[in-house]
Amino acid sequence: MPRDRSTPSHRGDISRRTVLQGAVAVGVLTHGQAVSSATVAAEQGEASKPMAPYIGSATSRVDGRDKVTGGAKYAGEFNAPGLVHASVIGSAIAKGRIARIDVSEAISVGGVVAVLTHENRPPMADDDKAYKDAVAPDQGSPFRPLYDDRIRFSGQPIALVLAENSETARFAASLVHVEYEPEKHVTDLYSKLNDVVSLKAPAKPRGDTASALASSPVRHHGEYYVPIEHHNPMEPYASTVIWEGGGKITIYDKTQGVQNVHGYVCNVFNLKPEDVRVMSPFVGGAFGSGLRPQYQVVLAVLAARALERSVRVVLTRQQMYSLGYRPAMIQRIDLGAETDGTLNAISHDATTVTSQYENFHRNETTWSGLLYKSANAKYAHNLVRLDLSTSCDMRAPSATTGVYALEAAMDELAVALKLDPLEFRLKCYSERDQSSGLPFSSKNLRECYRQGAEAFGWDKRSPEPRAMRDGRELVGWGMATGIWEALQVPIAVRIALTANGHAEVSCATSDIGTGTYTIMAQVAADMLGLPLDGVDIRLGDSTLPQSPVEGGSWIAASVSNGIVTTSRAVLKELLRLAKEMPNSPLATAAPEEVVLSGGMIVSRRDAARAVSIADAMQHDGVDRIVREETTRFARDSSHAHNTHSAIFAEVKVDEQLNVVRVTRVVSAVAAGRILNAKTAHSQVMGSVVWGIGMALHEETLIDHAFGRIMNANIAEYHVPVNADVQDIKVIFVDEKDEIVNPLGVKGLGEIGIVGVAAAIANAIYHATGKRVRALPITLDKLY
Amino acid sequence: MINFEYARANDVADAVRQIAADPTSKFIAGGTNLLDLMKEDVERPARLIDITRLPLSDVEETPDGGVRIGALVPNSDLAWHPLIAQRYPMLASAILAGASAQLRNMASTGGNLMQRTRCFYFYDTVTPCNKRQPGSGCSAIAGINRINAILGTSDTCIATHPSDMCVALAVLEAKVHVAGPGGERVIPFADFHRLPGDAPQRDTNLDANELITAVELPADGFAKNYTYLKIRDRLSYAFALVSVAVGLEMDGNTIRRARFALGGVAHKPWRDEAAEAGLNGKVANPEIFERAAGLVLRDAKGFEHNAFKIELARRTIVRALIQAAHGTPQSQNNKKIA
Repeated sequence: MPRDRSTPSHRGDISRRTVLQGAVAVGVLTHGQAVSSATVAAEQGEASKPMAPYIGSATSRVDGRDKVTGGAKYAGEFNAPGLVHASVIGSAIAKGRIARIDVSEAISVGGVVAVLTHENRPPMADDDKAYKDAVAPDQGSPFRPLYDDRIRFSGQPIALVLAENSETARFAASLVHVEYEPEKHVTDLYSKLNDVVSLKAPAKPRGDTASALASSPVRHHGEYYVPIEHHNPMEPYASTVIWEGGGKITIYDKTQGVQNVHGYVCNVFNLKPEDVRVMSPFVGGAFGSGLRPQYQVVLAVLAARALERSVRVVLTRQQMYSLGYRPAMIQRIDLGAETDGTLNAISHDATTVTSQYENFHRNETTWSGLLYKSANAKYAHNLVRLDLSTSCDMRAPSATTGVYALEAAMDELAVALKLDPLEFRLKCYSERDQSSGLPFSSKNLRECYRQGAEAFGWDKRSPEPRAMRDGRELVGWGMATGIWEALQVPIAVRIALTANGHAEVSCATSDIGTGTYTIMAQVAADMLGLPLDGVDIRLGDSTLPQSPVEGGSWIAASVSNGIVTTSRAVLKELLRLAKEMPNSPLATAAPEEVVLSGGMIVSRRDAARAVSIADAMQHDGVDRIVREETTRFARDSSHAHNTHSAIFAEVKVDEQLNVVRVTRVVSAVAAGRILNAKTAHSQVMGSVVWGIGMALHEETLIDHAFGRIMNANIAEYHVPVNADVQDIKVIFVDEKDEIVNPLGVKGLGEIGIVGVAAAIANAIYHATGKRVRALPITLDKLY
Repeated sequence: MINFEYARANDVADAVRQIAADPTSKFIAGGTNLLDLMKEDVERPARLIDITRLPLSDVEETPDGGVRIGALVPNSDLAWHPLIAQRYPMLASAILAGASAQLRNMASTGGNLMQRTRCFYFYDTVTPCNKRQPGSGCSAIAGINRINAILGTSDTCIATHPSDMCVALAVLEAKVHVAGPGGERVIPFADFHRLPGDAPQRDTNLDANELITAVELPADGFAKNYTYLKIRDRLSYAFALVSVAVGLEMDGNTIRRARFALGGVAHKPWRDEAAEAGLNGKVANPEIFERAAGLVLRDAKGFEHNAFKIELARRTIVRALIQAAHGTPQSQNNKKIA
């Protein structure tokens, strides 16, 4: 059946559901709120058609078929009559001003509609506040595309050529002549280390770290470098603005948060909220680069308003490097320990890169403070402002980098202590967040270490470097710990249940490729007692119930528990209707006593007491129940909420040529309840691949003389290819968390990458005896 | 990307006529490099002459026991052609070490010879580059030069030739057949590509109005003792930091005749006849391989980021010679250096 593709909606398809391997029974949780109808039904035996829960099962993506057949439309694929195509022109200099911009030649090309520059653009807001999107850095003045003649970074958009087709736009762009007044720029982190902005330390120091370090018999000091890295999602940044007439626009945008873009566009262009609709039904990867509205959406709206026509702006791969990036950073770590491996002190300072106009930073040093038992700890964080665009979040921001430095340093200290790296970490194991002193809502890291080590065969490791080999190759085994936060955010979910046993579940969240459509369908199916194909999911539309951006690994926990909350409201209404039926078997049942299962409202105590949903609704002449609830997670200030992992890596390094191969990785993850065994596995596997890239390949290269990124393409910015990826084993250890939220979900988007680069770097040391502290570990660094 | 006209050549003579008539035009076959360069505004041909319909797609044996490869034979077809796979496995291996399967399916034999450097500065029209804009200066010499040349560089250019296939063709001493307004001529492979000198804008000695019609391989394919060893920043789909093609004629453990060439280190596949001659008649052993490597690299000159290539090249030459002498060539698909 043809479907309106502009409406993001996904129906679960039970036929594509795979074996329920690794299924976790939802069960009756202590909080008594979340009860899987499916589980209850299963307990009722044959009579009520037992159904294994979808939650936890290896359900295939409900949007998988659309994605692989091209049915899923992305932001740059939407069309409209008379659509105008755009080509963005980027600045050739890193700092200065545009002295003159001559568009006359470009505008004279047949098919060119207009060339927008700072000189002729339509009005836009002139105060910083309007440009502060929901996740903008607190401090600074956000970038305003085409606002004035100032150049703040190389590649900054300075003109937009608009034409009847994209070829003409691109051709005409080559005919725009720009004269600059350049100013001296600085893009080298190392050249500005004596000109830093000191930030308030992220966590309170404890004890007296300086004295504790001084008196520790075994000490380690190391300086670790992570270069600028770019996200490189498969889908380029794109916005298609549909000029609806009557002052209304619909924006198809590549974003991790449609409502963030909506608010931003309304503010920047002083538009009424009801006149703007932002849609993002599918996102081809974003990894943090789509948290903030990117400049192409401003350009597209500017153009649409200037022309009063529909406009599409798609960035080229090269232009993607003029957006945000993971900041380059220098981290210094000092560790002090007793000879038995008792950790006395941790000092962690980080110097990270941001732009000249905004202070973007995350808390690299936080992780050192909380992870390991140590009586003394202190931190420092400095920012270096460079003539680059503002850095931004990139998968597990701060942990990917901060934990890399910490875990490399821990490995170095273990060597100094002559302790097995795993044994050392177990010695420092903390049952509490060391910074806050709070116990964890759950922490099964110990089991990650145990199961990971067992699967890897860690006990067969020779402790000395260069002690293991395979022919011409040195073999190295390294490990590291990973940690991330179990975050959750207020979120609203609407459920419309119809009498024929179909539910539409809506929320303005995004599915950035993580599988949100699928887990939402799974949770809703279980909660409403429906088959997967009885549930339609709508998301990625700013008009839907409120959701923050999808990021920080918080959406899976938030939206799934949001569905639980709204499902309870639906159930309550159904029960009310059921009670009004003559001789209702549920006349005395309380809402907590019933569940929805197989199209029935069923008593948990007595399965024979049941009313069909259809009967209950028909009796009251209701064909549809709609409920929208906002779930606000209770602030639990008595626990720390984190996910953990243990990563074990094997490398083989050619002894003469220094070619490094990552031959095996085992990642054991404790992240509460796993909603979907299949997408979760993919999520972590992909993270491990990225960790391989971080360790061995990825580096954005800037020529500081030009202040310009020189490898702005994925031929020369290397990410792992198939040949670089060999055996990856993902283990989810059982971790029941009855505190964090009713379903016990903690999120998985980030944890998989944290620690991977350190485990590989540590394995390379073990193989070669060489410690490379500057990523990526390319073969020249091993000479 | 600028607009361009498109024309199709009917036969070789027509192709040559068309390009002679319009020096701003370019031939296009697979387009795997040219189109990238056009998208970056590096190449701005006013006109593309499509040569893909020309009858240059055959691989055929020559009377003297060699093989003649039509200029339009796709890289993939060539690598898997039985004549090449069996008699010139070094060439097949070098082709399979390059690019990706998709690119090899599109890329032509002649186009492979004509691909241009991947120097970052050549690709970015904002930066000076003598190869792109003669006289503008070389940004790589004092810039990011990790991927640049260590041999045969000049003050005007330190770019490398990116091809893998050409490194094998250099060892095989292939001949390049070209057609021009004055008829056909044959260019020995060693003379096909140029060193940058003071004219780095010229990659090859092919005249602007000439068309490559075929690459001819001599009978000797070194099918028993050969290798193509490519070292790069990831295990596939990256240009060579250093690559080495080796062909040996062995008599037991004794090397009767040696040839080897380096890729990724110079403006053209790099051979050194003195180094090769030093191996002839010797019993294969690491010491003579080290000596040969030392000879090749005696004038090597590193820059800020690529000095490591000198040592890497030395070790890669030694390993490649061992692989070839032992008859254990490098596999291009087992994710492992032999």
